[in-house]
Amino acid sequence: MIPSPLPASIGGAIEFIFEPQSSSVTGGKKVGGFSQVVELTINQLELTLLSLALAMVIALPLGLYLGHRGAGELLAIGLGNAGRAIPELALIAFMAAAIGVGWRNVAIALAILGIPPILTNAFVGIRQVERAPVDAARGMGMTEAEILFKVEVPLAIPTLMAGIRGATIAIVATATIAPLAGVLTLGDFIINRNVYGADGLLAGGILVALLALALEFSLAAVQRALTSKGLQVSAA
Amino acid sequence: VRTTTRGARAAVAVLLAAFLSLGVAACGSSNDESTSGEEGGGAIVSNPANAKVSLTIGSKNFPEQEILGEIYAQALKAAGYKVKSALNLGSETVAHQAVKSGQISGYPEYASTALTSFFGIEPEEVPAGAQPAYEKAKAEFEKEGLTAFEPTPFASANAVGTLKKTAEERNLKTISDLEGQSEEMSLDGSPECRQRIDCLAGLEKFYGLKFKSFTPIDIGLRYTVLEKGQADLSILFTTDPQLSAEKDKFVILEDDKHVFPAGNVIFVSKQSTAEKAGPDYEKTIVQVQKGLTLPVMQELDARVELEKQSPAKAAAAYLKEAGYTG
Repeated sequence: MIPSPLPASIGGAIEFIFEPQSSSVTGGKKVGGFSQVVELTINQLELTLLSLALAMVIALPLGLYLGHRGAGELLAIGLGNAGRAIPELALIAFMAAAIGVGWRNVAIALAILGIPPILTNAFVGIRQVERAPVDAARGMGMTEAEILFKVEVPLAIPTLMAGIRGATIAIVATATIAPLAGVLTLGDFIINRNVYGADGLLAGGILVALLALALEFSLAAVQRALTSKGLQVSAA
Repeated sequence: VRTTTRGARAAVAVLLAAFLSLGVAACGSSNDESTSGEEGGGAIVSNPANAKVSLTIGSKNFPEQEILGEIYAQALKAAGYKVKSALNLGSETVAHQAVKSGQISGYPEYASTALTSFFGIEPEEVPAGAQPAYEKAKAEFEKEGLTAFEPTPFASANAVGTLKKTAEERNLKTISDLEGQSEEMSLDGSPECRQRIDCLAGLEKFYGLKFKSFTPIDIGLRYTVLEKGQADLSILFTTDPQLSAEKDKFVILEDDKHVFPAGNVIFVSKQSTAEKAGPDYEKTIVQVQKGLTLPVMQELDARVELEKQSPAKAAAAYLKEAGYTG
């Protein structure tokens, strides 16, 4: 049986975001409010970007290389799928025991979450580029690196970016549980219901959703900027 | 003291499910006047008249609470009631709400938590004795149409713990001994501890201590973090099984200013539910908790947290060993 949540209201949540509210367990100190919201939002954003960068540094070169060589499908797809099956909480607990709590641990754990979609999409994106332009490029005397970066990557941008966007959403959403491993993010509002109350919980949910949307829109803009003019027309 | 997350809502529902499964619960611990209460009171007798009463026994979602919930649920079943259980209520506020609204018949709560969280009593004003704390909580609950049964022998409280080695090196026996040293020591604890007056906020306010840092962590990680030296001090619970299982490794510092009120467990129900359920309801609950002394509770916590038994199994073993069930 799931107990129904305490009455929370959008109005109360919005008030919580802007004005510190009283809490029954803090001995009179107020909680929430704009400055805390800003602090936790920045933490969550920093943690997300750090983890995403780490995931990209590992997954992109590997995915592009394997995709270009047309080799290692088992590795790229298998690793990708296996990675999706790892429960993130268990991973964070494991990392905490292995290397400790705090930013480093959580960033690595979140990066592991972001690697599968980036790796798989990079591999698939490069692999599915039509052979004709690749052969033409090779016939013109382009080096393998030039073929990859001047022909294959531009053509694979939509798939590549889909992977990065998926990873970003997964990371930013999961960064919500970071307060269980030493990093205070917006999840603090959600996890500590006794402190922040139902309005704080709802506010935390709203803020995480807004942050995810903001990242999604930013990456969509990046994708448009990276897509070459000709492709934009055909994609539209 | 105890805690958690709960309250699934749209987009965050899936994520929340993840927290819940882990249970951010925190929980209290003890100081303990009574060790062994009188022996049990004999086997529970099934009363056929109870078969038409359906009960839903709740608990918060961390091991000690789940064990207690199972003990009460199984005992009431043995007394002939139809019993369902809901042993996954996240925080005390959710459990409190669930019992008030009648979604559950009752659940075990720490008297200290009830007083500080529900009724706005300052930690230092929580009565030290089990009986006066119980009576005060009961009187408050009655104003809301709820009632509470007699307290358990064991009590549970937050505590500041550290490695025995650290305590010896720094000559720490009480929390006051941290004065002048805490600035260079890091502390960890459940995420909500940071702001709770019966936790870090209380240490800062009443002891005037400042720590080098406070690291919020899942309560399941506290002993690992302490052992690996990632924090010098940790907020522990006096009923933690590690404290008895690994006596040579961990110690707790005496709370010489009484910032962490100890809570004996009291079973909270709606008055109307208790009346409808008949006399066997209260009788059975009070009867089966008589054997719950601090060592027994630590042992049950150890079976579940360290030996990974299910709370149901540990509860059944307790009821059998103590002679309540056949």
